[in-house]
This record gives sequence, C-alpha cells and structure tokens, in this order.
Amino acid sequence: MRSRNVLTGMLLGAGSVAGTLLFRRRLARQRERVDVYFGDGSMVSLTKPDEAEPLLRRARQILELAG
Amino acid sequence: MDAAAALERLRDISSQVRTAVIFERGGKVVGSTLADEERAKGIAEEAEKLLADAEQQREPTDGGGEFAQLEVALQGGSVFVVRDGERLIAATTPPEPTVGLVFYDLKSCLRELETPAAPKKRAPAKRKPPTRAKKTDAKP
Repeated sequence: MRSRNVLTGMLLGAGSVAGTLLFRRRLARQRERVDVYFGDGSMVSLTKPDEAEPLLRRARQILELAG
Repeated sequence: MDAAAALERLRDISSQVRTAVIFERGGKVVGSTLADEERAKGIAEEAEKLLADAEQQREPTDGGGEFAQLEVALQGGSVFVVRDGERLIAATTPPEPTVGLVFYDLKSCLRELETPAAPKKRAPAKRKPPTRAKKTDAKP
C-alpha cells in the first residue's frame, strides 16, 4: 500500500515538472522579440521592452498593412 | 527574372510567406504580392524605417558589419526584412515560422532578380540525314 502511494507521488511530481517545462518553453516561444543579423555574422536579439518596442511597433504596422 | 516572376516563384516554394514586397533603398517598390499598390508602398516605407531602427542597434565597437536581415516575432505573426545589395524584401508570415527556411527563400528570391531570364528554348534543329558520297567507279 505504502509503495503504491510513493509511486503515485513520484508520478505526480514527474508530471508536474514536465508540464512546467512545456509551459515555460511555450511561453518563451510566444515572447515577442527582434533578431537583427549583420553581414559580418554578428546578431543582436532584442527582448527587453524598452529596446524592442519601437521596432515591434513598426512590425505591427507592417502586419496590419499586410492584412 | 523580373520581380513579378520572382515573387510568383517565392509563393510557389514557400507556404509560410503570406505577403512580400520587394523594394529599393529609399522605399521605391519593385514588386509586391499585394494587389493594392498603396499598401505595398506603406509596407516598404515601414520596413525602411524598421531597417533604420535596426541598424542603430549595432554595437559601436563592432566592425563595419552592415545590416543583412532581421526577424520580428509578434503574437500575430512574424515580419522579415532581408537585404541583398541595394534591394530589400519585406515579408510577413504566420506566428512561429521556420525562420531559417524563410530567410533562405527570401534571399533566393532577391538573388533570382539579378539573374537574367532563361533564354527561350529553341525548337531542336532538324537533322539532315548524312549525305553519302556518291560511289564512283573510278579506281585509283
């Protein structure tokens, strides 16, 4: 009886960890961001709202125009 | 290849690109998948401004790396701008596109603009049956 309870607890724990990881990954994908690539191979990724917001605003305008 | 043909090909090969506008620096529209010219012009102008904002993000300590391409990921979709020389292409896709593939397709589209149109195939020339030398009875 006791071993069954332990197994149930472990399964519940593993499930919640997996669920949290999936949720975080999905959330990270949904985050709005700007990736700028330069000719020399360098790349700048803007994720902070104050840095990215002007570019995000322009991109929203483009999406709106594209319909 | 002209802009219309390059964009047609882009739509054939890429299922992710919703709209695309090819333009030159300064905002002059070269070609677009949109029927409305004003909207295409508006997209080119906004993309030009987006490009100017993006170029400001370069670290001052960096070398002379010029802008090559950008992706803006939004909840409603993504916006791509790719540059090849003086020509640029701005495109929109649904959310979470395959970024590498979209960049590749857009670059290919810009490069195809530079290549001259393939010459029309000529009808194969009719081969004449080989003429045989007439036999002569003359012997050496």
